[in-house]
Amino acid sequence: MKQSTKAWFRQGDPWIWLNAGAVTISVIMVTGLLLLIAVRGLGHFWPHAIIDGTYNPKQGEAYHLVGEMADEEWISASRLRESGVEVADDIDVLQRVLIKTGNRDISGLDFRWLIADEIENITYPEDLFTIERREWGNYYGVVKAIKENGIELNIKGELYTVLQQRLDHALELHDKIADIEGKDIGAINYGLERVRLRERALELKSGITALDQARFQEQRSEFYARYDTYKESLDVLYNEIAKDSVIVVSMDGTETEIKFSNIVNAYRPNAMNVIQKVGFYIAQFYGFLSDDPREANTEGGIFPAIFGTVLMVILMSIIVTPFGVVAAVYLREYAKQGWLTKTIRIAVNNLAGVPSIVYGVFGLGFFVYFLGGSIDELFYPESAPSPVFGTPGLLWSSITLALLTVPVVIVATEEGLSRIPKAVREGSLALGATKIETLWHVVLPMSTPAMMTGLILAIARAAGEVAPLMLVGVVKLAPTLPLDGNAPFLHLDRKFMHLGFHIYDVGFQSPNVEASRPLVYATAFLLVAVIASLNITAVVIRNRLRERYRLLET
Amino acid sequence: MTLNISTLNISDPNIPDLHIPVPIRKSPQLPSNFSAEEICMETKDFNLFYGEKQALNNVNMSIAKKKVTAFIGPSGCGKSTLLRSFNRMNDLVDSCHTRGQILFDNTNIFHRGVDVTDLRRRVGMVFQKPNPFPKTIYENVAYGLRIQGIRKKRIIDERVEWALRGAALWDEVKDRLHDNALGMSGGQQQRLVIARTIAVEPEVLLLDEPCSALDPISTLKVEELINDLKERYTIVIVTHNMQQAARVSDYTAFMYLGDMVEYSDTDTIFTNPGKKQTEDYITGRYG
Repeated sequence: MKQSTKAWFRQGDPWIWLNAGAVTISVIMVTGLLLLIAVRGLGHFWPHAIIDGTYNPKQGEAYHLVGEMADEEWISASRLRESGVEVADDIDVLQRVLIKTGNRDISGLDFRWLIADEIENITYPEDLFTIERREWGNYYGVVKAIKENGIELNIKGELYTVLQQRLDHALELHDKIADIEGKDIGAINYGLERVRLRERALELKSGITALDQARFQEQRSEFYARYDTYKESLDVLYNEIAKDSVIVVSMDGTETEIKFSNIVNAYRPNAMNVIQKVGFYIAQFYGFLSDDPREANTEGGIFPAIFGTVLMVILMSIIVTPFGVVAAVYLREYAKQGWLTKTIRIAVNNLAGVPSIVYGVFGLGFFVYFLGGSIDELFYPESAPSPVFGTPGLLWSSITLALLTVPVVIVATEEGLSRIPKAVREGSLALGATKIETLWHVVLPMSTPAMMTGLILAIARAAGEVAPLMLVGVVKLAPTLPLDGNAPFLHLDRKFMHLGFHIYDVGFQSPNVEASRPLVYATAFLLVAVIASLNITAVVIRNRLRERYRLLET
Repeated sequence: MTLNISTLNISDPNIPDLHIPVPIRKSPQLPSNFSAEEICMETKDFNLFYGEKQALNNVNMSIAKKKVTAFIGPSGCGKSTLLRSFNRMNDLVDSCHTRGQILFDNTNIFHRGVDVTDLRRRVGMVFQKPNPFPKTIYENVAYGLRIQGIRKKRIIDERVEWALRGAALWDEVKDRLHDNALGMSGGQQQRLVIARTIAVEPEVLLLDEPCSALDPISTLKVEELINDLKERYTIVIVTHNMQQAARVSDYTAFMYLGDMVEYSDTDTIFTNPGKKQTEDYITGRYG
């Protein structure tokens, strides 16, 4: 029997279809977004083949081309004609490729858009090298010789093996140097600064005597002595690392000498098989996760940003949970329910909707300048005029974000408290427990899953927040991590790096747009991954708690 | 006649009524003749209001020591309210206020100086629905002890075992003391709650329809338990089930619309009630 449309509508089927459709579209959009950033970002670390060819444009001279294919696109011929490129009349669209030719120190630009059809004689010679440098970006070319102390080594047959050996040695030395400079000399500088501050503090307090001065001088000379020993070993290392260099030839035939100390990685992508490429990929990706950024954040890794994000979120959680829970307990359990609590609840809910930049401004004005400034005046007069807490930093960022997320924790906890069966509370009270004992031993443990729900929402919001952080503590490049080996280990006053801000900085403040674009995707992917893993951890903990404090079946 | 529980088949229509061996009573004292030593708790002109509404009107009664007193009456007659007044659980209701006295140990429990938590420890309560805490069986029983500040593990261990034995639960749970209490059956949970209550050694046990959420076998077990417990405790029980009142109690009070209609020994109430209202209720004419 045929069903009338009206009956079909009345049955409710269209609404089910509508809902299912909406859910489908949402799921597709989310997975699509994740796929896009994953593919774009993670593809960056794959060792791309280097092409060797001749670029023969219709206007201008032909030249030898060496580089890796970075991108390609179809472009309308009219657009090219407008920009002065000669295109045959019968062509509507053309393929254009982006070639990364590197060698910025020689040619001045390391990316060029070329018309695909005009590249001729494309080959993939196995002896072409990609050399990642600490400065000037990638170098593409052929290795001609290796020099030690300026003298060319006679190693015709084993050029590549020796190159790899010398490179490994140089990297080892580089790590040692970085270790001494970062950790040991860093600790000396930190110690010297502490001595200076103590001296200054004494001076401000009671005036300084000759005896004190001698004592401080002694401490200083201790540090200087230690510095001298480090300096000696550093000099040895620097001499050692500066010994070797490699002679390379670029696509236009220029010979260049590159010091091994300037090389991060040298490899021949065209000579690699798939397994080698996968291994290389994993190493590159690991490097991205664990290294410090280089070259104005467009090269190297993003470890400080990951570290800063996670540390900030953890601190925020530690701050927000007790505040939110205490507020919720008071509102739900102790406050007299009336118009005042209602108003407070409405205010709390609205607080969750305030734009985050407003919190940033508030944090800067109140926490950083007022609170931080007062703390500096009271406790750190010796370091004036440079501020300690009176400047944006990790602590103020965490507190500002805690303030931003406290409404969700309050709402979720209140919800959880209201769901605890009255029977359980009465059971505890009837055993002679006071209200606070009942809360502490029965009600609060049972509402921990709800608190975790609040915390999950808080983390999801805080980890992705950038705008307020730009005002209260995040910087483009932090020289030191907020957690290190110098007492008191956790430096809450330090500025830190953050993945969200890193995306903004790399993507929009970078001098080298083409080079940094894949890094934007990769960083975005990592930010999503970090938030997801923080959330999943919280969800797992919550589910454990739920199982444990399963609510009494009604 | 005794019944073996394990062979009891509930679905068998020929089965005789569940029957508990009722101890033979030596012609019980009438509540009006209780001597001062026999009285455990006593209400004097006790009135209770929820806001404007009066829930109890001038209740005067005495609860006998180490006896079982049952409150019966139709829904909303105030029997649970009266029960909850004995350990001031009604304090939790904001709009609730009282007039008159309830004497316990010669002290008015509504007196300003009375420590409510101490009162509740001495006058324990078991609720209609089993309400174990979402903790282990052991921790449930130990809860009241820990609240009292007892920390020694040996003492707690002893008391937990003693309480569980007292609630006839020890043999069933001794091998899984550290399992979650919510995994037990409803009847076990209710006996666990009783164990939890007697662990703090109260003097009075208030039972608020303790069997209404239980199946017949569990009900039987709890009733048996009540019989055992009255050796040590004064028990006050609210029940909707008149057979239960007849089976377990020594004294029965019939309440109606906040009034204490009749209060006498159980035999008199069920066989020879003094008031027409009581008779009507017991014979099922209303309620």
